[in-house]
Amino acid sequence: MTNRHDSATLNGKLDYLLGPVLSARRPAKPLADVLSRQERVRQDFILHWIEVIDRSNYELAYQFAAAAAGPAASWSCDDMVPWILAAMDAYDRDGLYAGIAVFRDLEAFRVARGARHTASLSERMPTLTRYVRGLSGRALAIAPGATATTDTDTLFLPARVGLFTEKDKNSNIFNALSSILIRQISESPALAEALQACERHADPEAAARRLARLETIRLSAAVGRDYPGLARALSAISPADSSTDNRFNLLRKPGATVSDSLALLDSLHDIDDLPEPPLPISFHPAVNAVRRARIERQRSELAAFLASLIPEHTEMTPRPDAVEHPFDITEHALPGAPDQRQFELHRDGEAVDLPAPVQELLQSIRQDLGHIPDDYLRADNSPVPTNGHSREVEEQRPDSDAAAADDASDPRYCYDEWDFRRGHYRKQWCELREMDIQPGSPDFVRETLSRHAGHIRQLRRTFEMLRDEDRTLKRQSDGDDIDYDALIEGYSDLRCGRELPERVLVRRHRAGRDLAALLMVDMSGSTKGWINDAEREALILLCEALEALGDRYAIFGFSGLTRKRCEVFRIKQFEEPYGSTVRDRIAGITPQDYTRMGAAIRHLTQKLAAVDARTRLLITLSDGKPDDYSDSYRGEYGIEDTRKALIEARHSGIQPFCITIDQEARDYLPHMYGKNCWTLVNEVTQLPVKMARIYRQLTTR
Amino acid sequence: MAKTSDLLPAHDGLRRIAQEPYYEPSGSEIDLFQAAYAARLPVLLKGPTGCGKSRFIEHMAWRLKRPLVTISCHDDLTASDLVGRYLITANDTVWVDGPLARAVRHGAICYLDEVVEARKDTTVVIHPLADDRRILPMEKRGETLSAAPEFLLALSYNPGYQNVLKELKPSTRQRFVAIEFGYPLPALEARIICGESGADENTAELLVRLAQMTRNLKGNGLDEGASTRLLVHAAQLMTRGMQPSQACRSAIAQALTDDADMLQTLDEFIATLF
Repeated sequence: MTNRHDSATLNGKLDYLLGPVLSARRPAKPLADVLSRQERVRQDFILHWIEVIDRSNYELAYQFAAAAAGPAASWSCDDMVPWILAAMDAYDRDGLYAGIAVFRDLEAFRVARGARHTASLSERMPTLTRYVRGLSGRALAIAPGATATTDTDTLFLPARVGLFTEKDKNSNIFNALSSILIRQISESPALAEALQACERHADPEAAARRLARLETIRLSAAVGRDYPGLARALSAISPADSSTDNRFNLLRKPGATVSDSLALLDSLHDIDDLPEPPLPISFHPAVNAVRRARIERQRSELAAFLASLIPEHTEMTPRPDAVEHPFDITEHALPGAPDQRQFELHRDGEAVDLPAPVQELLQSIRQDLGHIPDDYLRADNSPVPTNGHSREVEEQRPDSDAAAADDASDPRYCYDEWDFRRGHYRKQWCELREMDIQPGSPDFVRETLSRHAGHIRQLRRTFEMLRDEDRTLKRQSDGDDIDYDALIEGYSDLRCGRELPERVLVRRHRAGRDLAALLMVDMSGSTKGWINDAEREALILLCEALEALGDRYAIFGFSGLTRKRCEVFRIKQFEEPYGSTVRDRIAGITPQDYTRMGAAIRHLTQKLAAVDARTRLLITLSDGKPDDYSDSYRGEYGIEDTRKALIEARHSGIQPFCITIDQEARDYLPHMYGKNCWTLVNEVTQLPVKMARIYRQLTTR
Repeated sequence: MAKTSDLLPAHDGLRRIAQEPYYEPSGSEIDLFQAAYAARLPVLLKGPTGCGKSRFIEHMAWRLKRPLVTISCHDDLTASDLVGRYLITANDTVWVDGPLARAVRHGAICYLDEVVEARKDTTVVIHPLADDRRILPMEKRGETLSAAPEFLLALSYNPGYQNVLKELKPSTRQRFVAIEFGYPLPALEARIICGESGADENTAELLVRLAQMTRNLKGNGLDEGASTRLLVHAAQLMTRGMQPSQACRSAIAQALTDDADMLQTLDEFIATLF
């Protein structure tokens, strides 16, 4: 067994590791003294993790060392790992203080972890998100909160529930709380009025608190009627004794509304004396602000949809009757479920197809307002009046502003990132946006096409030959048609006294190229100049070839600057035809920032995995290692994260491949992509010619 | 689905539907179909799976008193499977009409179910039948078959698949009168469940609510929400004594997905209602 580190050695190591947060008043010595009495394995374990946590934050690392030397001294190394990871997750998510809190309050962590029957919100999150969507029909967010409440956009739920000794029952509490909150949202217009009434009470806060209790009783009863399976969970949430207390009977009747609760508020003064329910449901202070913002947003969304239904010429020449709204909406109730509706839209008496998102939008508006107001059904109706002038201003804005406006509208996605030092993912670490690319000059395309005209012709010919064709298999025992050659031979056999052969049919066999390829193109700053030109030319040539081949393909560019700004640029989607728009986008590929590859691979993997094809290829066109602005991603971390992302891609049935021009690629690409899944193009200028050839080799037997 | 005893063989080898198949109209589709039939315009039934397209065509065949030839399309279906082929007997080759040719000769309603599942080159053989020519060229016999006056072609197609391969060619779809089917409105859907399974109203309402929850998840992990057909299956299991939760799990949840996480969500929907 190896010897323990002595106090002096440890002191030196801690000084080196924690230097920036040590001082004369906070020396490493006491820590070193305690640690010197521990086993060598444990000493190494603690030093290793201090080093790992250091990369995130020195103070956090110090707090870990202090806790490991003190309160956690009795924990085994195995027990400590989940605790450390929880603290680092808390740090990643909520900052330094949250991380420190986990290290300091290790008893709370142990209780939470030890209690196996406790259901935690984070565990339930994926299922619960779908559950809430199924029940409400809209995309509500879910977040942990001190009490169960909702601002009508987000359901806040307790982080843990441990009311029962069985985990399933505790899990079910989340469903029950969500159902009540969804119900509360659907009644939010009335609730808003009731809350205003509370304001007039002597003690508005107490009044609101009491109202919340009464509402819990009323809504639990209503939810229980709609969803009989939730009964047990609901009774656990309801304030104690309320089920036997006759004074609340009124609230439990079908058809009871928030005004019944409000009426009881004044007559029942002793409601405060009831014991506090274990999981109180409260009203969110922002409920009105969030609701108002959403109502405005939905109103413009609906107006935009209705406007899209009106042919352009009507918009150009406003007639006097244009103010009359031609739209009419009918709702159909779901029996017994007052919060679900199906909508039918008629325009001038004719039914209009309502796409699912619009159904959902109407559903959401109805939940907010109780009905679809008539003035919502005017296409020209928009809460912020826009006229020709303001539109013009919009168009004249410089690019940078337009990009900032994009910021708000581009969809965002969050992805985990692999931290090889922790051996775990950093949760929801990277934020990725999918953006459009500014089209480039058509001249570039024209020049490329004319310069490579001969080569393109040759490429098209070669690729056309690879196209799948029906082959006719002769002399089959079953098939679609008679093989006359075989049959005639057979007859002569028969005449000669032999048996008629069985194989006298032909069958058509289809050797299908069932293949989808997604090209992800490095748009990092390092591709500036020659490389960028070569990339764009290569893409155009490859597209020409692929068009001849008929494979399905998509092209995306990727770049990024720090984990908060990973970017993926749409160049060609799978279903998009290859035409001048796509060509101009290829011409518009310009070097951007850095290459945080993991998030881009994870995002594009999802896209590719959604395509129905027997073979799915993810081809990266790259000029170097994964890299990012802060040095944390550079080097081993980036390589390991990228490797992990590619392993994830393989798990979802995708074959990654990398085409690179980095001469040092063999040092890291085999590790990231696998031994045979990359190739090096030595001469940048050769890239356009070689890329199509590589694709052909890759996809033919 | 019509029970087999309702289908009587007729003298021409085609089956006629003797008893009225249960069908609840949700709009003017019956009138529309009758008008299209009167004008001999081919019909395209659009709608998600299990919403009653096939039942509707059976009902219409019964109403119009025409035999019905149903062909379930799949990607190995060839033109010969539709038109016919030579078969070899001991000493001879014999021509045998395919189901489409049989329907054309005898003036039946020919229903190509889930037509997008068939390969595109196969669907092309129906083109001359689906315009005013109303003919079926039989290349192998060198014969052109003119359709009997009562003949009608109908296709069904589910536009909900998010798949580029499963779309109908414009040259095919632009020959048809399209009738759109959706899931029935809730009250009607509950009535259908009661009518098909004998379940009580309360159960039917809960099933409709369950279906609504799953349809809310379309595009969020489910390709399709629960169809009316699945609800009827679940109700039929329940009226035969199965526990509601078990019946829903087997007839609805397991039929919708194999994904473990999604199954858990569906299980929780079921537990919420039953």
